[in-house]
Amino acid sequence: MNGEGGAAGIFINAAYLLAGALFIYGLKRLSSPRTARAGNQFGAAGMLIAVVVTLLHWEIVSFTWILVGLVLGTGAGLVMARTVQMTAMPQMVALLNGFGGGASALVAGDEYLRFSAGAIAPTVDVQTTIMLSVIIGAATFSGSLIAFGKLQGIVTEKTYMFPAQKLFAPLLVLGMVALAVFLVATAANLPLYVALSVLALFLGILLVMPIGGADMPVVISLLNSYSGLAAAMTGFVLSNNVLIVSGALVGASGLILTNIMCVAMNRSLGNVLFGAFTAKAITGPAASAEGLVVRDVTPEDAAILLSYARSVIFVPGYGLAVSQAQHQVRELADLLQARGVQIQYAIHPVAGRMPGHMNVLLAEANVPYPQLVEMERINPEFDRTDVAVVIGANDVVNPAARHDANSPIYGMPILDVDKAKSVIVMKRSMNPGFAGIDNELFYNENTRMLFGDARQSLTKLIQEVKAGA
Amino acid sequence: MVEGVLVSLYIFVLAIFVGVEVISKVPQMLHTPLMSGSNAISGITLVGALVVAGRVESPISTVLAVVAVAFATINVVGGFLVTDRMLQMFRQRKGEAE
Repeated sequence: MNGEGGAAGIFINAAYLLAGALFIYGLKRLSSPRTARAGNQFGAAGMLIAVVVTLLHWEIVSFTWILVGLVLGTGAGLVMARTVQMTAMPQMVALLNGFGGGASALVAGDEYLRFSAGAIAPTVDVQTTIMLSVIIGAATFSGSLIAFGKLQGIVTEKTYMFPAQKLFAPLLVLGMVALAVFLVATAANLPLYVALSVLALFLGILLVMPIGGADMPVVISLLNSYSGLAAAMTGFVLSNNVLIVSGALVGASGLILTNIMCVAMNRSLGNVLFGAFTAKAITGPAASAEGLVVRDVTPEDAAILLSYARSVIFVPGYGLAVSQAQHQVRELADLLQARGVQIQYAIHPVAGRMPGHMNVLLAEANVPYPQLVEMERINPEFDRTDVAVVIGANDVVNPAARHDANSPIYGMPILDVDKAKSVIVMKRSMNPGFAGIDNELFYNENTRMLFGDARQSLTKLIQEVKAGA
Repeated sequence: MVEGVLVSLYIFVLAIFVGVEVISKVPQMLHTPLMSGSNAISGITLVGALVVAGRVESPISTVLAVVAVAFATINVVGGFLVTDRMLQMFRQRKGEAE
């Protein structure tokens, strides 16, 4: 740390080191649901230490305004954390990402103000990090707000391109780089710096607007990574190592999650981010559904099928979250389990609107976590399963991904639901899903369709299973 | 000063490797709490915000800094609390006390 020497400086740095170590230890404990809660608390303790030490020992002149900021932030954070619905978790995380990025950009801006006031002469390296910090932070802020808006339904969920965006976006990036280089090379120029910040805000909007609702898990992960990078850059600006370490951890975390999401969708990051720019027509039609027969099933028959099964796997998708049916699923599962049926849940990595979303929703409904099984581990089990129940999932169970090279989802890893002895698909109607792709699973000989709202269908199934008991 | 930045870069790069190692071991089941929890950690920028907010300079500077403190605090408080709320829902058996 610059600015602090002697014993006090050593004490602050030791405390920051402890905070950084607690963050790493806390994240390590997230490797199991048993230890995860304590892990998060270790992280919180690390944060508390870092904040208290900063308040006590840094050259802080005025506490009044700090208190105002702390009180406002704590109040808002508390209310958000307490009241948010688990289904709305992606929006919440998007918003938090945005605040983190925004804070980093503001800190960098404040440092630049100091330079332009002539308080200290900045060096080239510090200037450079100030530029990076404000660009990443501001773009994270605006991009996250757009992501929040899309998830909340305020901004269109569909791909949206501004007129001439294809031409304009690269020019914008080039312009920003040129501006940043100019700012580093010359004397402080506040209006230009403000212009750079505004352009960065605009860039964030441009980057997220073209991304469709189904690709949101990737974008949230990426923005998560950016918010970490922004914090790390702020650490460079202030030569503060605890910011650098924590920012790097979060940056790495976001990148890993981004990669997992991309692999699970069989798409490159470039394709997710810029797919709308190069959207190419799918060559040749995917296998047509014409002449195929759909077999539907009544709740009565479905209940009998389930009651006499030895093993059942539930396959929840985003549709389950939309109809808030996670509690009904768990109730049905409980009834079946009481009859001796073995129950598992198959969770595709991109089920829901953010990584791990489905697990949280089911945990909220009191499903024990050993029953939540990842794709790689559950896929070999479908062979030996009597009934697979698909609720509000579509693309992630489409067998075309395995063999139909003309299908847009060809190559995407899927849940091998079709290998179960029977499959019950709960679906509103035969309309294809968001991606507009026909699902050949629905026409399989061992598939039965249970049409209607997932929640109502599940309620009927619960009644039927109870009546049959 | 260049030396200082070099040391910081060392720390940055090594921390990324630590992050990749540690976070690769987090199961998919916990990815949502991982995101909100790591998000709270990125709220460490609060420390930076406090440092700049504590200096008495121009009114504009104070406004920026106070907003930064508020934003980062939302990030920290909201992030850790909502993560805790999620993690306490993960139970091994039904009705098991936490």
